[in-house]
Amino acid sequence: MGRIAFGATEENVKILCGVKRVEDPDQKIKVNSDGSWIVLDGINYKPNPYDEIAVEEALRIKEAQGQGEVVVVSIGTEESVTEMRHAMAMGADRGILVKTADRVDSDAAARILAKIVERENPDLVILGRQAVDSDQAQTAQLLAEYLGWGQATFAAKFESLESDEEKAKKPGLQVADGKVRVIREIDGGLEVVDVQLPAVVSTELRLNLPRYASLPGIMKAKKKPVEELTPADLGVDTAPKVKVRKLSSPPERKAGIIVPDVATLVEKLRNEAKVI
Amino acid sequence: MSNVLVVAEHLNQSLKKSSLHALEAARQIAARTGGKVYGLVVGSGVGEIAKDLARHGADEVLVADDARVEHALAETWSKVIEKAAREVSATYVVAPAGSQAKDVLPRVAVRLEAGMASDVIGFGGEGAELTFRRPMWAGSVIAEVEVTTPVKVLTVRPTEFPQAQAGAEAPVRALDLPDLGTPRTQFVEFRQVKSARPELTEARIVVSGGRGTKGDFSPVEALADELGAAVGATRAVVDAGWMPNDLQVGQTGKTVAPELYIALGISGAIQHVAGMKGSKVIVAINKDPDAPIFQIADYGLVGDLFQLAPELQKALAAAKG
Repeated sequence: MGRIAFGATEENVKILCGVKRVEDPDQKIKVNSDGSWIVLDGINYKPNPYDEIAVEEALRIKEAQGQGEVVVVSIGTEESVTEMRHAMAMGADRGILVKTADRVDSDAAARILAKIVERENPDLVILGRQAVDSDQAQTAQLLAEYLGWGQATFAAKFESLESDEEKAKKPGLQVADGKVRVIREIDGGLEVVDVQLPAVVSTELRLNLPRYASLPGIMKAKKKPVEELTPADLGVDTAPKVKVRKLSSPPERKAGIIVPDVATLVEKLRNEAKVI
Repeated sequence: MSNVLVVAEHLNQSLKKSSLHALEAARQIAARTGGKVYGLVVGSGVGEIAKDLARHGADEVLVADDARVEHALAETWSKVIEKAAREVSATYVVAPAGSQAKDVLPRVAVRLEAGMASDVIGFGGEGAELTFRRPMWAGSVIAEVEVTTPVKVLTVRPTEFPQAQAGAEAPVRALDLPDLGTPRTQFVEFRQVKSARPELTEARIVVSGGRGTKGDFSPVEALADELGAAVGATRAVVDAGWMPNDLQVGQTGKTVAPELYIALGISGAIQHVAGMKGSKVIVAINKDPDAPIFQIADYGLVGDLFQLAPELQKALAAAKG
């Protein structure tokens, strides 16, 4: 399946990406003493990894085209500017921060994004398939429905992340003739769909390997414009449809034993665990 | 009274077992709210699938059998599910937490002005007022959440609910399609991963391989075949293109809870453990004695998987013979 060049109508492609500030997924997350939230002391933050994949894909599409604009949107506290600057250091052109005192639920996030889409009129919205804090995996689909657009979730590609195509930084999403062709990772295999633009796409791990921010990129990002808005400016009520009441720790698995050899393992599995 | 609508998952003209686990979750909800349980099967040529679902304890099964909804495209399926939910006055719409429902159900939630909880693993609250337990931060935390809207949409983890048992046969009736409009999404093709091994989420035993396999899955597959097990993989393995995405176990892959999970050359990243820590017995073989997988394994064996996995396979074969 060959890559198709952009049609005349998409020459100046405009892509909107979401970037959420989340707890670094490689550190241990613990519930606080009263179960009201997690322990925040010593926590590092990062852009949601799936959102970095979204930004990378948007940049590749723009680069393949030669021109266009990549706008990143973040919904959260003032600190979210850090994650947005990271996306701009990767190459995104400008940012929009929708300032909220606290996290909003997926539905409120989708309604905020829908308002931003109305203002910005992008050809394509690319979001991470899920944020690694709430793990709901809903925002892209909710947004598509609010907009009445088509969607393609869990976007990946046929080629692996170690393939020559990936090394050449080719986009996995193929935009042409007013459509985007998306290879979706679903249970049972890979599905290919064509979605009319404008469309919403959510990213799976296997879409690309995001680039690092270069030093000149970081310097440039400092001067890129960031517009600040509030949900009230957009006329969005952020009262949650899904409220977190309480957090608790999952049951711990008790540490097992190290067996010396295969014979002992087989004996234990048969007579102690009784699973074979 | 709060009725519950269960949206079935099916593949290759047969009902997926995950649907029966979701049906059991629906029955648990209905038992608390005093409502009825309705099933819904959407697709083309799915009459037998609807009958199968009807034999497992639903009060009635609706079937939208039409070539126009053959493929599970979120735009069209969400309209069908919305119509079914309104017809049976459902206050709960429930489906197994697979890629299909994750794609479609958020759109249904918008259409029903509902809040949605994903990957529900259990219920809390009092009487007819249910709260939902669901993992966050890759399962490092369990949240108890409340859905504040009158209608509630849920995906449920099949591993956390027993399978609904066969019972009296419920009536099946056809659901006329709503106006589907002009869909903006077109199905092109499905490249299915075909395997003679058991399905990962339904297998009694799973043998998984990680980066330690260096891309050579033959010892993993040979051991799996000796045990009649399914094969699983970590993210690193799938990213490298060594194994297909359908085999990934973890935060964004599949959640499994077999009786026996054998991890070969898997370090035990939080994201992988999130998908398998519900397994009854975990065995880990890894040459790094400090690998985090040993902290959750019931039985650990330190050493080279290329030597130990074939040895284990032979020992099992000999014991059988």
